[in-house]
Amino acid sequence: MSAPSPTEVAPTEQESPVTDPLVASTSPWVTIVWNDPVNLMSYVTYVFQSYFGYAKKKAEKLMLEVHRDGKSAVSSGSREEMERDVQAMHEFGLWATLEKQGS
Amino acid sequence: MTGFARHRRSKRVIATFTGFEADLLRSLAGQLVELLRNEAAVPEERDPLEAMLDFTGPTTEPEDPVLARLFPSAYPHDDEAAAEFRRFTEGTLRDGKARAASSIIDALEEAGLPAELDDDGLMIDVELPEEEAQVWLRSFTDLRLALATRLGVEEDDEARWATMPEDDPRNQAHDIYEWIGYLQETLVRALMR
Repeated sequence: MSAPSPTEVAPTEQESPVTDPLVASTSPWVTIVWNDPVNLMSYVTYVFQSYFGYAKKKAEKLMLEVHRDGKSAVSSGSREEMERDVQAMHEFGLWATLEKQGS
Repeated sequence: MTGFARHRRSKRVIATFTGFEADLLRSLAGQLVELLRNEAAVPEERDPLEAMLDFTGPTTEPEDPVLARLFPSAYPHDDEAAAEFRRFTEGTLRDGKARAASSIIDALEEAGLPAELDDDGLMIDVELPEEEAQVWLRSFTDLRLALATRLGVEEDDEARWATMPEDDPRNQAHDIYEWIGYLQETLVRALMR
């Protein structure tokens, strides 16, 4: 990702995995957002907040995972739900794919 | 160059562009609309009858690298699922992105940008309701992705641009790319609570 101006994002403690293991057993699909050299860190955080309704802290944590690790699982659920999320991410210009959890 | 800000009382998102800047934005948005609408969404080499009966959407990745970035494969390891996903989503996504870019053009012209720019001192004030500002925000992403794909922008490639001769057209295009990045950054900040 790119940050043309100094961002106010403070590094937070990294916790992993992103998905709750309790949710995982009933939600076999995940939406993965991949890092790209274009999208702004602030914009990616904004998308995670406004589309998924995540709190700023969680949105920033996911954004930093994308930035540092190259990708992050940002949501999980049924295959249909994840297709909707991937389509929405493409609408926002984020590079997203879906896959079966653990695959 | 001041970027976007939120008006305290009306809550609208406001920005002032020079005529030159507004004209440049209109031109880039116009090119994006043309690209999105021009490349046939359904490949033409198919059997004509089959193509005619299939009005749902394309199943293969677009050839143009910009379009391939705007509409990436949702299933990189499953061609069949990727084709199905594309068939049901790409048309809608193309329309949405073309409409978003068109709305930038409309707003600039409504704010006073003439068809042919001739007045050097022209300033264009845009005032966007929140929903419209979100549309601009998304479209700026598409414009930046398009420019970055054409320019071959990579992670941490600042040195490449810093050492390129000033008069290299790629350098000038990169300046425009950075300018839209700046606009987008100020727009995100204006929209974030």
